[in-house]
Amino acid sequence: MIEVREIHKSFGDQSVLKGISATFLQGKTNLVIGQSGSGKTVFLKSLVGLHEVDKGEIEYDGRKLAEMDDDAKKELRTEMGMVFQGNALFDSISIEDNVTFALGMFGKMPKDEMLDRANFCLKRVNLDGVNKKFPAELSGGMQKRVAIARAMVLNPKYLFCDEPNSGLDPKTAIVIDRLIQEITEEYNMTTVINTHDMNSVMEIGDQIIFIKEGRKAWEGSSEDILTSSNEAINDFVFSSALFRKIKAKL
Amino acid sequence: MIVKEAIHSVGSYFILLGKTFKKPESSKEYWKAFMRDLDYLGLNSVWIVAVISLFVGAIVTIQTAYNLDDPLIPDYYVALATRESIILEFSPTMISLILAGKVGSNIASTLGSMRVSEQIEALEVMGVNPASYLILPKTIALVLFNPILIIISMFLGIVGGYLAADYIGVVAPADFIQGLQLEFNSFYVAYALIKTMVFAFIIATISAYFGFYVKGGAVQVGINATKAVVTSSVAIIVANYILTQIILS
Repeated sequence: MIEVREIHKSFGDQSVLKGISATFLQGKTNLVIGQSGSGKTVFLKSLVGLHEVDKGEIEYDGRKLAEMDDDAKKELRTEMGMVFQGNALFDSISIEDNVTFALGMFGKMPKDEMLDRANFCLKRVNLDGVNKKFPAELSGGMQKRVAIARAMVLNPKYLFCDEPNSGLDPKTAIVIDRLIQEITEEYNMTTVINTHDMNSVMEIGDQIIFIKEGRKAWEGSSEDILTSSNEAINDFVFSSALFRKIKAKL
Repeated sequence: MIVKEAIHSVGSYFILLGKTFKKPESSKEYWKAFMRDLDYLGLNSVWIVAVISLFVGAIVTIQTAYNLDDPLIPDYYVALATRESIILEFSPTMISLILAGKVGSNIASTLGSMRVSEQIEALEVMGVNPASYLILPKTIALVLFNPILIIISMFLGIVGGYLAADYIGVVAPADFIQGLQLEFNSFYVAYALIKTMVFAFIIATISAYFGFYVKGGAVQVGINATKAVVTSSVAIIVANYILTQIILS
């Protein structure tokens, strides 16, 4: 479980996060939604410690991020996996080396075991026969799967995904969403996903927080979202004609 | 404002150096990165160093021969002048400036691209020290391999001079060999190699600094790669002056 209490983050005189609190539960896909520029990415990067927050607390199963020394932070990071918006695969090394990278860096596994683990993770994301290829040789959807395989290689307790289906066609996007949900449940991870895609929200949103202009404007589940009377969330969800039609039928 | 920015940049550069020279997380992974960098940044530069050195050696010999066209000056002085020019300045300094362009822009643009495509952040999330993993192997590769490149350059520069002298007929081969051996001071080679190692450190770390802290997109990567080449070239020239004062005086 990850607990976030009243976090604030500014860049110069621009305040991006203005006191967000949230609890992200284990074994659930926790979605952070909001318009582009609402502060979702800064929020996610603050959670993983890429940005130091100005105020507030972030707690990983009772361990306060701000109170950790470098070694404790390093230890925590081996419990994290992250899928970046642009995949962030290392383009100078093969897919196999991308997936085994963290194992080689931190594990004491023999090479054979590392390869077995890489093959297991690649198979789990339904990728086969791409071990020796380079990231640039794969499609966007395949690269996303590799990024997920790389994120899960150390068997993380916490999985973070920043816009995991951006740039993908709707069908592939749903496949990726479901894959993330499946591995979250299978490995009982605490998963936090940034998205502005309403299909993802309806498909895998166990718990959702909605950020508007750096503040949490709504919280609920995918079932609540269509029936909520909150003006901010309605404005976001029903900007789509499809969802307006769905609401009319409810 | 400019002074404030310059002080900030120098401070950030030294902070980055502090992060770079930390204990590696895994010697095996760093070794792999070192070998990749040695191949990419070092071995890939051999051909350009060879071609330039061969021709510059020839040009220096021809120009010296035409400028020493005096019956009172023995022909073998042409070879001596070529040797001293190549060993003292051309190979260590000019070749390092060329490498600042080739290798420096490569390092800055590679790290810059990694920054904008979030690969550096991915390393950080994994718990890897990105400064150390990305910059340390490159720095060691250049500091160890550039002296080899410079020795190749010295050798080929002199060979180029010998071939040009023989082909054009400005100095007889026997005179050229005699000139090469005349008053040879082996300390000059050591001086050149010490300079080269300092220049290699400058190229690797300054270029890495400009790449590592890219903010923005592809355009900024290009701008920072140019800044990396310009700044490391200026730093090489300044360091050359300081080292020459310290070592030769």
